[in-house]
Amino acid sequence: MIRIAMLALALLASPAFAVEPDEVLSDPVLEGRAREISTNVRCVVCQNEPIDSSNAGVARDLRLLIRERLVAGDTDQEVYDFLVVRYGDFVLFKPPFKPSTYALWLGPFAILFIGGVAVAVSLARRPRKPATKILKLNAEEETALAKLMEQDKTI
Amino acid sequence: MKRLLFVLPLVVALIIGGFSLWGLSGGRDPSALPSMLISQPVPQLNLEAVEGVDLPGLSTDELTKMKGIKLLNIFASWCAPCRAEHPNLTRLAQEDGLTLVGVNYKDKPEDAAKWLAELGNPYEVIGSDYSGRAGIELGLSGLPETFIIDETGIIRYRLAGPLVGDGLRRFTEALNEVRK
Repeated sequence: MIRIAMLALALLASPAFAVEPDEVLSDPVLEGRAREISTNVRCVVCQNEPIDSSNAGVARDLRLLIRERLVAGDTDQEVYDFLVVRYGDFVLFKPPFKPSTYALWLGPFAILFIGGVAVAVSLARRPRKPATKILKLNAEEETALAKLMEQDKTI
Repeated sequence: MKRLLFVLPLVVALIIGGFSLWGLSGGRDPSALPSMLISQPVPQLNLEAVEGVDLPGLSTDELTKMKGIKLLNIFASWCAPCRAEHPNLTRLAQEDGLTLVGVNYKDKPEDAAKWLAELGNPYEVIGSDYSGRAGIELGLSGLPETFIIDETGIIRYRLAGPLVGDGLRRFTEALNEVRK
């Protein structure tokens, strides 16, 4: 009995989130958007963690701020812009596509293209395999050839 | 033409090697975040005075009216590096033409007052940022941070980290640049 109770308790336990209960909005739609945004925003203290799972004080402040802006009626893009103005593109896990990031976004495709061209060129240049056996014509081909030769003479 | 192709791997190796060397040298810190506020005016702040400290609070309007170069330092009594940089900050504040203003970040007023009484108070004004909201406006990532604001109220430099050692050297270089 106690084992079953323990198991039930273990199964009931949910993973701990950095988002604290007092932060959660009562509106599930807004809360969902807030969670979505905060998983895409980098914590500036612990730089490889999104603010959604970071326990840093600044991350908590930013989570609260995001919720505050959403409640005030901001669109997701406005919230991102608000953060980028203060912390730069660095806070976004997915960098925006703009002139300074062209090399980042297009570089891999450029390298793939150059590689593809190099492969195509080297394949095209490769000499064809020379025939190893000299095949003789069979009787039918011999007669066809003789016929062609005859025709040629008449011209 | 064919011979030139043989040099290609060497060229590629040199490019990659050069890039790696550049990446490893020169004290470059890849995790350092450039401040978005460089060449920008100071964001609108309206911070109340720290209770128990006999100094006015900090507002951007007042800050822009101040003459000369302003140093804006964000500190807290719970921040150990702030303690480390305090003597250097005090020395800088005594230099001609520099005004030191402070933002007390997420700190209990009584702790801040005690800290300043113990170490000395080099600040002209101190704004209290108990909520940490001003910190976000300033793009704060950790304590301490110090901004250089020029005569016209434009932010010219930000040092993330204490004003000691290498940080102090970089800060002094930037300060001399602003003074020109």
